[in-house]
Amino acid sequence: MEHITLLIGIVIVTALVFDFTNGFHDTANAMATTISTGALKPKVAVAMSAVLNLVGAFLSVEVAKTISGGIIDEKAGVRPEIIFAGLVGAIVWNLLTWLAGLPSSSSHALFGGLIGATLVSVGSHGVHADAVVMKVVIPAVAAPVVAGVAATAATRLTYRLTRGRDEQETAKGYRAGQIASAALVSLAHGTNDAQKTMGVITLALVTGGVVAPHSDPPLWVIVSAGVAIALGTYLGGWRIIQTLGKGLTDIKPAQGFAAQTGAATVILASSHIGFALSTTQVCSGAIMGAGVGRKGGVVRWSTAGRMVAAWCLTLPAAGLVAGGAAFLADQGDWGIAAVAVLALAACGAIWLASRRKPVTHDTVAGTAAAPHVGPAAPTASEPAGVVTAALQAVAPPPAGPIAPAVSPTSEAGRSPAAPAAAAS
Amino acid sequence: MHIDWAAFGQVFGVSLVVTVALVGVFTLGIVGTTSRATVAARSGAYACYALCAAAVGYGIYLIVG
Repeated sequence: MEHITLLIGIVIVTALVFDFTNGFHDTANAMATTISTGALKPKVAVAMSAVLNLVGAFLSVEVAKTISGGIIDEKAGVRPEIIFAGLVGAIVWNLLTWLAGLPSSSSHALFGGLIGATLVSVGSHGVHADAVVMKVVIPAVAAPVVAGVAATAATRLTYRLTRGRDEQETAKGYRAGQIASAALVSLAHGTNDAQKTMGVITLALVTGGVVAPHSDPPLWVIVSAGVAIALGTYLGGWRIIQTLGKGLTDIKPAQGFAAQTGAATVILASSHIGFALSTTQVCSGAIMGAGVGRKGGVVRWSTAGRMVAAWCLTLPAAGLVAGGAAFLADQGDWGIAAVAVLALAACGAIWLASRRKPVTHDTVAGTAAAPHVGPAAPTASEPAGVVTAALQAVAPPPAGPIAPAVSPTSEAGRSPAAPAAAAS
Repeated sequence: MHIDWAAFGQVFGVSLVVTVALVGVFTLGIVGTTSRATVAARSGAYACYALCAAAVGYGIYLIVG
């Protein structure tokens, strides 16, 4: 690694930042219901997930040969600038959805970013539209359905089997089972998603001529990718954990177990059979399914609608940001510097906005009594800052599937309190 | 455009069957180990738990492999 240029250094750092956001964005997938049913204490849950993510990063020897799974033509002139711009788009979108407390697919954000950057820099022949439909659109529709149906059926069955039993007594067993299936989800996540970052870094090193093409990632790449994702996981995206654990539906231990087992099964089945499904969408779908499966269970479809809107927007939004970043980065060194500065500023602004209504491990597992700890998007009463404006820009359009006749402004102001209030 | 419906159907079928089976078996284990369970029910329940543990083991094998 004698010849790592500054640009490749920047790409590596950006990739690790993406890995980090990926970790804390996806903690919720494995741990949200585990925390909300009380199977594990919040800190213990994220610590366990972090360790398993780290272990997962070292487990698989299969190297991510293509970082985008064939969506972009990596031979058609992918330069470090494009990877950099794509990563910036993915990071910004990950942070925005985290701020809004919405689980969205980190992989789709990465794909979207790479597609957007490629479109701007290389042109449309650099993107395989077929692969976009096959790898992103169809799995996005299929994942929640598959996981939802499985979790609904499992929830129904388990409630039928335990009818007349003491709920307190059975809850213990369910919680233990839930820990096992959450562990599997975490492990699978570490294996898949840390690999993705390793692939990105390795590709950047290959384009820079630092390592030979088709070589395995160097050990330091594996270690740093694993550590970055584990750190992100340990920090915990409490906002998203709150949404998935309590915002969508009220989860009882039996449901949590059914949802988590369904999610683990779907993830493993899909990766084994080769029909890749997004972890985030699988987990969200399973939780909704478990909500539907319990008699008297309520799924808050307004929250679900916001989530689905975020899924639909993930690819274009990350692509748009990345496209802009790619346009700037193509202007030369000053452009790359400008992208880096703008990206840092955006991350800082989002972080500052999150501090207004922090959601921490203390509040996340609370009894949802206080409406003010809801998945905190900036409320309408706050002065409209840059981020508020940006969030509104990416908020579901008024004519979207969820809230007709509601303007983005009032939507952003109204909905945060709704799930928490309804849960109390 | 080629959409691999067969693979999708497989994922759907396998997921549904395995999830329901696992949750069902584990629930039987829970039911069998409640305080008023008989010895027979208890040993059956442990068999159920063992089956679930095996499934987790297979899951880890799939992740590693």
